[in-house]
Amino acid sequence: MAKKILTEHINVPGIETFEVYRKQGGYTAVEKAIKTMTPEEVVEEAKKSGIRGRGGAGFPMGMKWGFLAKPEGVPRYLVCNADESEPGTFKDHHLMKCIPHLLIEGMIVSSFALGANKSFIYVRGELMYVIRILEKAIEEAKANGFLGKNILGSGYDLELVVQPGGGAYICGEETALLESLEGKRGNPRNKPPFPAVKGLYQSPTVVNNVESISNMPWVINNGGDAYAAIGIGRSTGTKLISASGHIQKPGVYEIELGVSVDEFLNSDEYCGGIRKGHHLKALVAGGSSVPILPAHLITKTAAGEDRLMSYESLSDGGFATGTMLGSGGFIVFDETACIVRNTWNFSRFYHHESCGQCSPCREGTGWMEKVLHRIEHGHGSMHDIDLLVDVAKKIEGNTICPLGDAAAWPVASAIRHFRDEFEWHITNPHEASQPGAVFMGAVLA
Amino acid sequence: MTETPNPVAFTPERLAKVKEIIARYPEGRQKSALLPVLHVAQEQWGWVSSEVMDHVAELLSIEPVEVYEVATFYTMYHLDAVGKHVIEYCRTGPCCLMGGEEIYDYLKQKLGIQAGQTTPDGLFTLKEVECLAACGWGPVFQIREKFYMNLTRERVDEIIEELSK
Repeated sequence: MAKKILTEHINVPGIETFEVYRKQGGYTAVEKAIKTMTPEEVVEEAKKSGIRGRGGAGFPMGMKWGFLAKPEGVPRYLVCNADESEPGTFKDHHLMKCIPHLLIEGMIVSSFALGANKSFIYVRGELMYVIRILEKAIEEAKANGFLGKNILGSGYDLELVVQPGGGAYICGEETALLESLEGKRGNPRNKPPFPAVKGLYQSPTVVNNVESISNMPWVINNGGDAYAAIGIGRSTGTKLISASGHIQKPGVYEIELGVSVDEFLNSDEYCGGIRKGHHLKALVAGGSSVPILPAHLITKTAAGEDRLMSYESLSDGGFATGTMLGSGGFIVFDETACIVRNTWNFSRFYHHESCGQCSPCREGTGWMEKVLHRIEHGHGSMHDIDLLVDVAKKIEGNTICPLGDAAAWPVASAIRHFRDEFEWHITNPHEASQPGAVFMGAVLA
Repeated sequence: MTETPNPVAFTPERLAKVKEIIARYPEGRQKSALLPVLHVAQEQWGWVSSEVMDHVAELLSIEPVEVYEVATFYTMYHLDAVGKHVIEYCRTGPCCLMGGEEIYDYLKQKLGIQAGQTTPDGLFTLKEVECLAACGWGPVFQIREKFYMNLTRERVDEIIEELSK
């Protein structure tokens, strides 16, 4: 069995309660950090661990912590990003629901490290039942002296607030999240200044994903070096993968980074293979925004090497033949899936979720959705394919936040790898627009 | 359907909750309470009318327009009266791979309504939403705080029957 850091105790009955969580060794990281370490030492362990942001960007967490400005007399904030909304991603939902105290413990040690006395967990509003689970866990932690005033007699105070969102994907972008937390529309801010200098309420702020923060108790208990020893190269530690689509066993799996894509997809420990009687057609490895890959580039790279579940291996070949680990939203398509229809679906999503601030994204996402709709419904022309490529190119890199890129990549990559399928829709409009119609050419080839 | 009364007033329990929420934020940052307070309002009235928004603005000492711009930006707030049960159906890719579109057509046919509409008996309102972060358990819809997952035609029949009682 592979190393489990986050999910080792997830199936212990009653693990959602303080009592059971504590019996499994919970909150020892808080004791260790607050009683025996300085905040700087905690930051040092995070740096040594090499853990990279688990929300999708993969930026080293310790380095992000190191950027936090510390002006005298100004409060600092830690905000946990629990706005999980990237299609294909449901790991944070699972983790918070099943083992809420892990995040709470991680929030306490991380807040201590950053010198924050009030920290927020921003949870997407649809997960109100999870918010209630977290609030109960916070109450329990407070009643046992791990939160509130003078934690464990150390003089350190911390209050945790769980904040619901209102149903907006864009609030997963950290500056949009901060705007939302201030009670405003989720419009991303121009950077600089970065949140580390001017974040929540114009104060220095760190925003980290649920999974990133939930690793901190283990890092404190075992040391950053021990964490860095797990995984492969610069992809240290474990990663939660949300597996969905046409596989035998959809669900959330914790993998040691570096396991092969083939093993993850086909072994009984994880996805259990493609559903019976079908075969692999395509894969979105890291949430809807990362480039889609065709079957022949999934388990092997273009150079013929085994593709691994790591930041580096998944992006091997760049966007020409590779993709990204992203948020770990692993969406599997078998031969019954229509790539054009799925691309249209994702485009509609990004159009719906664009905040409307930047013209390229506001106009471009709607434009791509419309063009994809007409191709899917049998009204496209060959010129439309190049038009999509052109529009995607003009959105990418031209917006305040990465939503524009996230909207452009799925379209550009679908055309890059499945152009024949788009052409088939245009040359066979009647057939292609029937419900459930799928281009079989790629399968025969 | 619940209409907002005039004048608008939170129940004593909910008003206490609103005050507790406002107290969570630093002095002068009470506007941070806006999203959570709108959720509490929606819990009470089922939707947020402009009268309710005005009342929330007053409670938070902010301008009404600051509430309007937020309530219209976030898709969870219902800006019109809704039925007793609001079915929020996920229409995003991963759910579609699991047969989400077919189940959605079945649900629409069963209820006899389209997205955005309410059944004549006022029991069900249908809303299309984007990814609910439950892709491994699709197709999925949500009613208030509850997730209904791994939907099939039979499961839809059971749920609608149960909620129609």
